[in-house]
Amino acid sequence: MQLNRSATFLVVVALLLAIGLLVGLDAARRRSGAEARFAANRALARWFEVTDLCLFTEARYTRHPSLADRHSPFQDYPLAMEHFPSGSLLLPPAHLAAANHPGVTPSPERDPR
Amino acid sequence: MSEGVYRHLRVIRYVAGSLRRRWRKNVVLVGVYGLVIFALASVVFLTQSLTHESVAALSAAPEIMVQWLSAGRHGLTPVQDVGALTRIAGVRAVVPRYWAYHTDEATGETLLLRVPEGRQLREDEATAGAEVLHRRGIAVGGSLHLRGYAGESLVLTISGVAEASTPLESAAAIHVSEGAFRALTGMPEGQATDLVLRVRNRRELSTIATKIGEGQPAARPIIRDELVRTYTSVFNWRSGVIIATLLVPVLAFILFAWDKAAGLSPDERREIGILKAIGWETSDVILLKSYEAFAVSVAAFLLGGALAVTSLALPQPPVVLPALLGWSTLYPPFRPGVAVGAYQVATLFFLVVFPYLVATVVPAWRAATTDPDLVMRA
Repeated sequence: MQLNRSATFLVVVALLLAIGLLVGLDAARRRSGAEARFAANRALARWFEVTDLCLFTEARYTRHPSLADRHSPFQDYPLAMEHFPSGSLLLPPAHLAAANHPGVTPSPERDPR
Repeated sequence: MSEGVYRHLRVIRYVAGSLRRRWRKNVVLVGVYGLVIFALASVVFLTQSLTHESVAALSAAPEIMVQWLSAGRHGLTPVQDVGALTRIAGVRAVVPRYWAYHTDEATGETLLLRVPEGRQLREDEATAGAEVLHRRGIAVGGSLHLRGYAGESLVLTISGVAEASTPLESAAAIHVSEGAFRALTGMPEGQATDLVLRVRNRRELSTIATKIGEGQPAARPIIRDELVRTYTSVFNWRSGVIIATLLVPVLAFILFAWDKAAGLSPDERREIGILKAIGWETSDVILLKSYEAFAVSVAAFLLGGALAVTSLALPQPPVVLPALLGWSTLYPPFRPGVAVGAYQVATLFFLVVFPYLVATVVPAWRAATTDPDLVMRA
């Protein structure tokens, strides 16, 4: 049977939709299976009183951003530039950013960041 | 003048006319193309400026520093351990350094407190970078209020402007006496932040570093040249990440250029056909299209490059600066000096101009190699 172009297009779209549907079903199946693992992780986090998800393993301020301070990235030498690769992917949390310093109104000439 | 040169001159004259005839299209093209180049150039130039800044700051740093680690993190250095390091062959002198960071109560910015070497300051005296003073509206003779380690307020009289070798130093450095430093940081007597080693021969640096590691397992030697290498590669990595995200607009532009050129407008096709019919060679048509593309590229390149350099000098920081700085945004805002080298300009030129030339010349060559009669009729 010779398919014309519009029929070929429809077949391809239908095929892609079917694949998308299968991916969704597979994800749902995996998720229900993962519930036990999540429960174990939750128990572990409660037991160790874990503070953060460990998204990066290199610099300690990006590994535990909630525990980071304003000084730890610059300890190599005076006015060191922060230099871990993850530092540009995970910027300082809002509570450390200067403008959000508790109880402080930023001075007017500060650059908005 | 030889015939070859004449041919080029005639083609160039024709290109000028052809660009003028379609000036609206070309202005839009140069504008869009210029914006793409501006985005890329901002990243490349800013990276170079920041690398230059870091390396400039490090060039004044000592060749080798020693820090103490305790409980797995950077700790204070006991000054009495200096003697052991002085006995290492090749070490001329060991000098304790006192420096620490301080969070500015008013702005939440990270400032640097440092006890200057070779200058004795009185207990109530301080000097600071020009930008530190300017941003706080303090003149020489005025007073600087800082919060001490125990929470008490410390008032220091500014006796002068501290020399700064980089804009960051000017924006963040405060020099104080050792007494004031201890009051501000809570550092106990007999301890220093780190040690600086003066060595006789630069080539012995790695040997000395090894000996320090063997003799003092808690010590961490830091060699300046290694820091310089790290910083250069880090900024390159960061700019690479940003350029990767910018690739989407760049690819979109290349597609746009390809599409515009591949579907040569009927007018352009007819023009090529007529040129062929009146005796132009295929090579002449390709030359014509190359010159045209080159003129557009160079105009866009100059526009984008000029915009990027100008944006580095504007009071408002460039949009990509925080991404390149990372956590260094915790410092007071500072503007790196503009440092653009021939290497960066050349890289950028080949990165953006070459794909455009290819994207426009190839379709023109296709049109030029077909029969003029067919092209004109199409």
